[in-house]
Amino acid sequence: MEKILSVKNLSKTFNGVRAVNNISFSVAKGEIVGLLGPNGAGKTTTIQMILGLIKPTRGTITVFGKNLETHRMEILSEVNFSSAYISLPGNLKVWENLYTFARLYGVKNYKKRVEELARFFEITPLLSKLYVRLSSGQATRVNLAKALLNSPKLLFLDEPTSSLDPDIADRVRKLLKKIQKEQALTILYTTHNMIEVEELCDRAIFIHQGKIVTEGTPKQLIKRFGLKDLNEVFIKIARKS
Amino acid sequence: MKWHRIYALLLRYLYLYPRSVPRILDIFFWPVTDLLVWGFLTIYLQNIQPDAPYFGRMLLGSLILWNFTNRSQQGISIAFLEEIWEKNLINIFITPISLKEFLAATILVGLARIAVLGTFLGTAAFLMFHFNLLSFGWYLVPFILNLFVFGWVLGLFATSIIMRFGQSAQVLAFTLTVILMPFAAVFYPVSVLPPVVKHISLALPISHIFEGMRSVVLQQSLSPDTIVIASVLNIIWLIVALSLFFFMFEYMREKGQLSKLVD
Repeated sequence: MEKILSVKNLSKTFNGVRAVNNISFSVAKGEIVGLLGPNGAGKTTTIQMILGLIKPTRGTITVFGKNLETHRMEILSEVNFSSAYISLPGNLKVWENLYTFARLYGVKNYKKRVEELARFFEITPLLSKLYVRLSSGQATRVNLAKALLNSPKLLFLDEPTSSLDPDIADRVRKLLKKIQKEQALTILYTTHNMIEVEELCDRAIFIHQGKIVTEGTPKQLIKRFGLKDLNEVFIKIARKS
Repeated sequence: MKWHRIYALLLRYLYLYPRSVPRILDIFFWPVTDLLVWGFLTIYLQNIQPDAPYFGRMLLGSLILWNFTNRSQQGISIAFLEEIWEKNLINIFITPISLKEFLAATILVGLARIAVLGTFLGTAAFLMFHFNLLSFGWYLVPFILNLFVFGWVLGLFATSIIMRFGQSAQVLAFTLTVILMPFAAVFYPVSVLPPVVKHISLALPISHIFEGMRSVVLQQSLSPDTIVIASVLNIIWLIVALSLFFFMFEYMREKGQLSKLVD
């Protein structure tokens, strides 16, 4: 299968502390891969290195077969990112935010693209509202619409459902599944919700103290650890000193 | 550099103006408050010193020209702060925008602010105090260009320091020009400064511009050397400021500061 993302011997050291320690993994086209681990495990640092926001201390990142360090701009035009912890400007209206990012990504017919995504995420009535006035569920859907503006081939989602109630979270997961199926989108997903991982991810990679501890399909992992579900696997890994 | 990305960011900042009272006050209210204070002072000075009518022209000219540097600096550093306050910095820098394009957009924001502010202040000064900014003639072009460029230099310095020290340094975005003002010979000639301060002042391109402005008022002439010295100093400062800015951005990437800035 075609590799979309390949990370080799990636390390990051901050002031002598190794946040990410020699990790290697790859993600194939159309896969949803969960990057899991307790707080401070190194997930966000890894994603930010893949997005070019943090410079690795060592190792190489290849996206769409191109080296990130030398083809950063090319790669960034075909990836996108959404996080529960990063918002869009609250003092702009939703359409102003979406138009701005569509223009930044050079989306052709951006007004049509925004309309399509607004219909898909059922945010059309929100377009003329200020982003700051949205509920967390509405803001998450707008963030996801922003993350899909450039029809990315690779999408990074950092705990996208963490601030949502179970009903909205379920709806968001269903929308993500639908998009992923329709567009064969490749997704690298971080979450602390293991039910979500079992439902969405083809594969999960567990990171602990900057190192990959284990990886496999959710079923393989549960079987490998001889536990009831992925939640128990997570707890076992997190408590391993 | 791609125009569509510069234009996208430019619009992103301009969208804010029609509905933001602080931003409107920043362009119209505060500069007019300054104008009123200095305008009335010039009327008073002319009353007690009627044989020195040039005082008014010098003070009001200095005030308006100083605003060009001030607003140009804020155009860059406040645009960067805006992204920090709105937790949008990561969203911006994961798009294919380059740092040069980001800078170009912020410079254009500064230019737009200056165009509006200059027209407004110039008209207000003319209507209220019969001061005509255009009476500087073609000298205005090199004056404004140099003041504007030095505004970028200060904006780049302030932003670089914010990148290095985080939001605790954001006060610099609003105060850097004020800190520099005593050395910049805005309202008085360099010759009145103590020797050490004089050296600092002469290293600043805007001191030469304000000296030049006073020379135009007092002698109706300007030595081309003044503009050449100011321009050369500006180029040197700009190279230093740009190098620092790009270095600090790489430093942020090295230290993982981008996400910490918005926390």
